[in-house]
Amino acid sequence: MPYKKAEQKFSGKINVCEIGVGDAAISIGGENSLPFLGTEGFKTAVGIAISDTTDEWADCFKALYGDDLKNPAALAKAAVEKSGADFLLVKLESADPNGADASVESCVATAVAVEAAIDVPLVVEGCKNAEKDAKVLEEVAKALEGKNVVLFSAVEDNYKTIGAAGGMAYGQKVSAESAVDINLAKQLNILLTQLGVKSKDIIMDVGTAAAGYGFEYVASTMDRIRLAGLGQNDESLQMPIMTNVSNEAWGVKEAVSTIEDAPEWGDQEARGIGMEVATASACVVGGSNAIIVRHPESAKTVKALVAGIIG
Amino acid sequence: MAVKGLDIFKLTPKTNCKECGFPTCMAFSMKAATGGVPVEKCPYISEESKELLSEATAPPMKTIKVGSGDTEKALGGETVLFRHEKTLVNKNLFAVELSDAMSDADVDAACATLQKINYDRIGEMMFVEIVAVRFAADAAKFAALVKKVADCGKIPMIVTTDAEVAKAAVAGAGAGAIIMGATKDNAAAMVDVAKAADAVLGVSADSIEALHDLVEEIEKMGYKNLVLNVGETSIKEAYANAVDIRTAAIKGNDRTFGYPSVVFANKLAPANTNLQIALASAFVLRYGSIIVMDEMDFNAALPLFGLRQNIFTDPQKPMRVEPKVYEFNKPTGNDPVLVTVDFALSYFVVAGEIERSKVPAYLAIPDAGGYSVLTAWAAGKFGAGVIANFIKEADVASMTTSRKLILPGKVAVLQGDLAEELPDWEVIVGPNEAMQLPKFLRDMQA
Repeated sequence: MPYKKAEQKFSGKINVCEIGVGDAAISIGGENSLPFLGTEGFKTAVGIAISDTTDEWADCFKALYGDDLKNPAALAKAAVEKSGADFLLVKLESADPNGADASVESCVATAVAVEAAIDVPLVVEGCKNAEKDAKVLEEVAKALEGKNVVLFSAVEDNYKTIGAAGGMAYGQKVSAESAVDINLAKQLNILLTQLGVKSKDIIMDVGTAAAGYGFEYVASTMDRIRLAGLGQNDESLQMPIMTNVSNEAWGVKEAVSTIEDAPEWGDQEARGIGMEVATASACVVGGSNAIIVRHPESAKTVKALVAGIIG
Repeated sequence: MAVKGLDIFKLTPKTNCKECGFPTCMAFSMKAATGGVPVEKCPYISEESKELLSEATAPPMKTIKVGSGDTEKALGGETVLFRHEKTLVNKNLFAVELSDAMSDADVDAACATLQKINYDRIGEMMFVEIVAVRFAADAAKFAALVKKVADCGKIPMIVTTDAEVAKAAVAGAGAGAIIMGATKDNAAAMVDVAKAADAVLGVSADSIEALHDLVEEIEKMGYKNLVLNVGETSIKEAYANAVDIRTAAIKGNDRTFGYPSVVFANKLAPANTNLQIALASAFVLRYGSIIVMDEMDFNAALPLFGLRQNIFTDPQKPMRVEPKVYEFNKPTGNDPVLVTVDFALSYFVVAGEIERSKVPAYLAIPDAGGYSVLTAWAAGKFGAGVIANFIKEADVASMTTSRKLILPGKVAVLQGDLAEELPDWEVIVGPNEAMQLPKFLRDMQA
């Protein structure tokens, strides 16, 4: 018997979400098949991550960026240039009340300066303190009105403020964070839409783990979310997925240990990139529509992978 | 063709003799219909019925054994496309590639790296299982290299389309070697070589349709110990083929494609280590059974072996770490002790944050049934008694002069009871979330 392709036909379709404005705008999502298996040219966007607090970044970044590491706007420009990324994420880590506890005004100023320094769409990540992020991301949304940025991310405890400010008042995109849990992802999407945020303005941040650190939960959560959205046409799970692997990948001992800590493991930079590339690639085939990494080399590699699979 | 339990039942003697190990013929038939037990287990079903049924009830994907003795591994045998549907049963294997065109010094360097990558990760040894040896020009040198690989305890993959070269090399390769392999031009000769050596035969073709035809042809020659090359010309084709072959086998019931796959990541991304890591990672998730790299140093091994260990865990059995006292950041005998559960994910998150804090500390992991903190507490497996017993039995007091014991914030309720059970210790309630640990530990140190 000659070969006959076993087609998997799906009734659902992932929403298209446009981020950024003008020539620099990109759209993510839109597929009606599992990643890369359809004919509609599924393409994962690749973003580069920076932070306003880089003290704990591995030494290789000091060699890469020099003094720009201390200046978010300069760092943003350099990161985009070196990586060729499709968009940029800035993490406002200094806002953390358990850390530097920077003021809302100073965080907003950073976000505005970063936006002005780059010509690609912007994603603004909070400090992961729900209360502070609500204040910071609300003001960021206001200051960057018309720039169509992504507020990364709203959680159960602050979705009302971030959803209302970002998704409704100032026309930004809202990312909904659900810590590797399909039910939470669905619930938060429903809560945001009930609040009045249009589903096309919502992006899912389903969370991640570094390769080897419980990634099976990430893989299965993504598989189940995509099968629910496509196969069961579940509209509350048809938002594009955006995944920032940079914090997890560069936070495990395989990437943190210096060559002095673990001489047998070899070059720290190569290990960090390996960890980041492996984690990001697994997310890419799992269904992330936008993937965010820290090292420019990782960004180039993941872009090459995506270009290769699309052909 | 799917067979119903009743169809099998009709062929049994219906005497409920229990010789198959099941209480009734009906119970046996229902199980056999799902592939849970081979029909051969019933001694009374006629030979021709058995043949008919074993074909129909065989799992959609064959299990292929590679290597022999200590190196033996099983590939394939999967019944689902996604791990959450049931579980994935046989983890993929990793390979690196050598060639007779390499200098002796290069081969030795590659072998040294191979020997170096051999470490324990949560109770599982991590190492490269297979070494591919690609034929360039020198048949004698090639055969010697294949033998060297086998002698080093690796499973050799003989990469040549020349049947004579393969035949000479497989003689020194040991049982269960892989010959890569058969093409439309050499199939008959390669099948003879593989059959004689009881080797696994790799099958390559220019397109997925041609691959299907060639596998059918080889099966007709009577050989079914196969692995399928997903293609080496482009990433697009290799990825699509890997997915389509597995989907055809599992969803399309196409037994011709019910074999494990081989992915030459090294040929898809020549001389680009990072892109090879990216590809290997993608194929761990999407149906690569043997993934070949140029080389495998720690920068590739650490993430890829970890990822593989994650993906091939049984979703019904959470990964657990060994209950014991772990050391972080080189403690010197006067550093605080943290406590958490033996659920691998909890352990890793906590371990990662302690490492990030750079504060020397001990982490005590009692046997908490492999559950997360709150689940284990609710199940009575992570109470004050369990923790106190572990601290005493592991003799933690002799490891450190510090008497600070840090509890997960989520079980703050245990503080009082634990302080009573461990009067020598100062029981401190730690943060609710692991990510707050670095600040917590640094503040405590200050």
